[in-house]
Amino acid sequence: MPGEGSNWAGGDLSRHERLVEELAGGLEPVRPLPAPEARAALWLGATLVIGVVLAAWIGTGGFMLRMHVPDLALAAVGAVLTAITAAFAAFVTSVPGRSGRWALLPLPPLALWVGASGLGCLRDWIAPGADMPGEHAITGCFSFLICVSVPLSVLIVVMLRRACPLRPNLTAALGGLAVAAAAAALLMPVHPHDATATDLLFHAAAVAIVIAANGLAGGRLLGRDSGVG
Amino acid sequence: MMLAVPGGMPARGWALASGSDRGVDTPRAGGRNDGGARMALEQELATLMTAAQGGDAAAYRALLKACLPVVSAIARAQGVRGEAVDDVVQDALMTIHRARASYDPARPFLPWLRAITQRRAIDRLRRAGRRPREVNDPLAYEAEVDPGPAPGQGLEARDRAAALARAVAALPDGQRQAVEHLGLRELSLDETAALTGRSKGALKVNLHRALKALRASLTQERE
Repeated sequence: MPGEGSNWAGGDLSRHERLVEELAGGLEPVRPLPAPEARAALWLGATLVIGVVLAAWIGTGGFMLRMHVPDLALAAVGAVLTAITAAFAAFVTSVPGRSGRWALLPLPPLALWVGASGLGCLRDWIAPGADMPGEHAITGCFSFLICVSVPLSVLIVVMLRRACPLRPNLTAALGGLAVAAAAAALLMPVHPHDATATDLLFHAAAVAIVIAANGLAGGRLLGRDSGVG
Repeated sequence: MMLAVPGGMPARGWALASGSDRGVDTPRAGGRNDGGARMALEQELATLMTAAQGGDAAAYRALLKACLPVVSAIARAQGVRGEAVDDVVQDALMTIHRARASYDPARPFLPWLRAITQRRAIDRLRRAGRRPREVNDPLAYEAEVDPGPAPGQGLEARDRAAALARAVAALPDGQRQAVEHLGLRELSLDETAALTGRSKGALKVNLHRALKALRASLTQERE
């Protein structure tokens, strides 16, 4: 009579034992990944370095002036907070066993960011004499966002892959949001204009492209084959 | 029911199949023993996993073997059935191996394992759901083999049991007792001797005669 242990799964014990032997035979020591909070901080640190370099290059005079406008300051705070919370949520959801509800964390700062940017449009309607960016400036902003987003995206995907994102699409979307918010925050010191409807529309398009690209690529990049081999 | 694990470690797989996804396992209201066993298993698995991260192959082997019934129970609780359970176990083992660096020794092990297994079970169910199935095909319906008992199978078994009971009841007392205790209840000779007050030799003779008589009467009945 077979022992209790042999009928727990309805049969295929030898197949599992073969796999266990195979995996245990090729075992190599691994260092446990640092906490997701620490890894998020590392990525944000890299973003900060880019910001510091940009500030040193362009100067912060115009930026400080624009920060006196309440809605621009709020939008900047919203973008920075969105980048921080979305990066944190992306790294937390990439670890198995952590709750998916962390994905809700970046929503309040996201609302602040989008809302404050929208206020800029209203201001443009109320005071139409505001500084309007030309076509050239818009293209410049757009390419700036994409240029900053690509290295930040590559970095975050590489870092997220080291864990085991069981919900790759959610993690990738959060990573994309973090990248988009960080790029928008980095753009603010460079951006020589007040926000307008066209501006917001182009930003929204750029941010959507970044999130969608990360979601599409990340869904595959962060899928089943990711994780430490 | 206690599941014996090939590694020699007991695992209460069915109790682990459900639970919160919030990172910490809360013992269900099933009782103190359930919670205690789960805590002990949790402790042991976490220790083994930490050793495995350090490269201890023996600990890793013990860990994976101890995970087998747990993973299987979680997969079943997720709605996976039949051979697919084994596929989920294989997928989960591969993922555990790939993701072993993502386990944080400061946190409980079972939520980590459950998250991996549930995801692999869902993947498997989705893939099975995508496979084309005939939903309205009379030929396929006719050709479908019913895995359940054939109609009348139970009746036949009941008839056989009734015939046997009649034949046993018709035996003389000594022979009937020998068949009932030794043959049907599977008691030992010593126990039957103590119960009936007959000697072991007499019981053997009675059993022999009873079987002979039953064979004769049942064969006769069938003819």
